[in-house]
Amino acid sequence: MELLERFAAGDPDAFEALFRQHQREVYAWIIRIVRDSGAAEDLTVETFWRIYRARDRFDAGGNFRAWARRIATNAALDHLKRVRPETELVDDFPSPTKGDPVVTSDLRRHIKRAFLALPAKYRLVATLALIEEQPYNEIAEAAGISVALVKVRIFRAVRMLRKKLNYLRLEAAPK
Amino acid sequence: MNNHENDNELQALLKQALPPVQNTELQRDLWPQMLRRLDDAHTHRLHIPWFDWVLAAGTVAALLIFPGAIPALLYHL
Repeated sequence: MELLERFAAGDPDAFEALFRQHQREVYAWIIRIVRDSGAAEDLTVETFWRIYRARDRFDAGGNFRAWARRIATNAALDHLKRVRPETELVDDFPSPTKGDPVVTSDLRRHIKRAFLALPAKYRLVATLALIEEQPYNEIAEAAGISVALVKVRIFRAVRMLRKKLNYLRLEAAPK
Repeated sequence: MNNHENDNELQALLKQALPPVQNTELQRDLWPQMLRRLDDAHTHRLHIPWFDWVLAAGTVAALLIFPGAIPALLYHL
């Protein structure tokens, strides 16, 4: 019997094999969204816990990688909704000191705050598309939405971000 | 400056404020953590809080002492 069939039938060894095979990829996807290594580890385990519970519904002929990524995206989205931006310990990854000197650290901080205040579903798509530069079709598949909706959400996220920055009169002046 | 250039500029600013994640490598094997999660779930599934046991015992004792209360209890269920 194939590994996926054994997993769907509830074989714990098959689940362990799939976990070991896919944990790195799932973690890499989640950390791009949540930007916190500790949270990404916990969410990787949460993802596989959801996978384990849903094993009866998995089609053994289906694509496990895509299914896992979709569940991981939902787990990360739940995390973004749950963790309030004010209290969020975002960013294991500090901004580089180099970069455009015109862009002050104050402006960076305001942009970061404005971005973190976006609704979770927009933040998810905008993070993957604008910051991580993931292909639209991969984002759509992972989020379970169409490519057109991905584009709409990016457009709305940019508009909301621009509005917040204009309100603070912080957007960089046109050159 | 057109909208496309504006969007590109905003994206560049965003990437300076929140740079792409560089290290996406998992630093440790998460299987032991997963095993603990599975064990906890199996333990909790069978776990009944002590308060529920006390409540059940109290109800059984009350019904043994006052069997006339059984029809009233069934009526209210």
